[in-house]
Amino acid sequence: MNAIKVENLTKKFNGFVAVDHISFSVATGELFGLLGPNGAGKTTTINMLSTLLKPTSGFGEVNGFDISKNKNDVRRSIGVVFQEPALDTKLTGRENLEFHAMMYGINKETRRERIKKVLELVDLSDRARTLVEKYSGGMKRRLEIARGLIHRPKVLFLDEPTLGLDAQTKRHIWDYIKMLNKEHKVTIILTTHYMEEADFLCDKIAIMDYGKFVALDTPEKLKDILGGDVVSLEIKGNSDILMSQLKKWDWIKTLNKHDDVLSMTMEKGERRIPELIRAAQENEVDVTCVHLRKPSLEDVFLHFTGRTIREQGSSQIDRNREMIKWRTWRRR
Amino acid sequence: MINKTAVYVLWIREMKRFVRAKSRVVGALGMPLFFLAFLGMGFRRMAIPGIAEDMNYIQFLVPGIMGMSIIFSSTFAGMSVLWDREFGFLKEIMVAPVSRISVVLGRIAGGVTTAMIQAAFILGISIIMGFKILSILSLLLAIIFILLIAVTFLGLGLIIASKMRDMQGFGIVINFIIFPLFFLSGALYPIENFPTAVRYISYIDPLTYGVDGLRASLLQVSSFSIVFNFLILGAFSLVMVLLGAYFFEKSESV
Repeated sequence: MNAIKVENLTKKFNGFVAVDHISFSVATGELFGLLGPNGAGKTTTINMLSTLLKPTSGFGEVNGFDISKNKNDVRRSIGVVFQEPALDTKLTGRENLEFHAMMYGINKETRRERIKKVLELVDLSDRARTLVEKYSGGMKRRLEIARGLIHRPKVLFLDEPTLGLDAQTKRHIWDYIKMLNKEHKVTIILTTHYMEEADFLCDKIAIMDYGKFVALDTPEKLKDILGGDVVSLEIKGNSDILMSQLKKWDWIKTLNKHDDVLSMTMEKGERRIPELIRAAQENEVDVTCVHLRKPSLEDVFLHFTGRTIREQGSSQIDRNREMIKWRTWRRR
Repeated sequence: MINKTAVYVLWIREMKRFVRAKSRVVGALGMPLFFLAFLGMGFRRMAIPGIAEDMNYIQFLVPGIMGMSIIFSSTFAGMSVLWDREFGFLKEIMVAPVSRISVVLGRIAGGVTTAMIQAAFILGISIIMGFKILSILSLLLAIIFILLIAVTFLGLGLIIASKMRDMQGFGIVINFIIFPLFFLSGALYPIENFPTAVRYISYIDPLTYGVDGLRASLLQVSSFSIVFNFLILGAFSLVMVLLGAYFFEKSESV
């Protein structure tokens, strides 16, 4: 069964297309990742699926409920952890959780029991009586994840769950997310612009750029598209004869020469290296250094978009966003 | 449609925030109290046309200052949607499975309670300064008017909030909406003293009927009859709160 089904979902802000006719589905129990640079349309997608934004056109279904027609049913069955903190800092941790539980109509006894449980889960039991304004960034994030779980949602949306957190806390939160998905069978949709996060967590990844999906598959298959491992040989001497020999081997999928470096892609690179060195020696070429790299999603992103994900910085997309903010402000 | 638990929990939240923000409470009371004290002392000996000679100016001023404290605190409470948006908490409210009308009612319940407490403070201090309450009935009538003023301006606050993106325009709202409404209402002087044109503008200011209603209840002195004030202000509060709810529903939360 599908937890989420989306067809041609589109959102325009004053003519700027933030999400452009995307279609996908997420199976129940899946951990699905939306990967892309800032401004790619990930958050807008989440906001539409969680009923905060009205789609301009297209159709979306969460847990079998239409996101435009059955908003309250959708809301009841999902949990959302937003990118920016959405806590009342003048309330304590426990009060924030209580507020949430009551908004979702959970009765007093169940409430007490579940709050206790989720606080233990995120390791905040001893800080529950502290005002949230005194919490660190990591604690706030953990509290928000705890809050997203109180009403036992079938689908949990996590928008950049580890943005701006230190390595240790990040790791901690990754483990929670995995545990929730595996042990509690929560379907999870997360957005991220961290490659390693998507790679580590997700069963399936959609790569998003300029409001569109440029690829959608398992991390392994996405990496396979690149043709396996990247082997680079640093060499000395005339390599022309060697090159022509390498070109004949069909297990080498791509071959490039850049200065004194030969780089090629192949399956099981570590098993092919001795063969490559032998061939080099036979052709009187010295190999001074060998480098083997397993492809990362970074390479996949580069492959599909022609850019690295971090190159974006304050690129066109951010400028577009600024424009929108400005226009929206002017319109009001 | 109306989710009572949600209204209650939103009200509780406002109360907790109110109790915890002591400096805000004191700050909000400061201005009306200074107005009351200094205007009261400064104009003590003056004969103001339209005020009966046997009435002390301070007596006349107290209901006006109560109106002032309510209009400020209620408009801000309605606009606090903007703070919630700025701090992200609005998303938490909007993604919860409760109707928008429950959210609006919760906010109104919180705002009205806050306004009541502040008005009670002003009245309490006025009593210490020598203001006399005529009877329990006059107090009960005053409470009704406080409630109606608060609801009206909570609605106004919600409308304003839906037209703004953040708190940048806060100063404009204070100086160009709230203060003029306050001065036009006759809180500080009888509106009969205004030139005719300005007096007509006063007649479309809901606070005019609020302050006059408070005077009718507390002093039994007023420009209009108490029933007339009640009906006009009641109509204003209903329209404003419906408009406020409508605009709140319409505005996007992210």
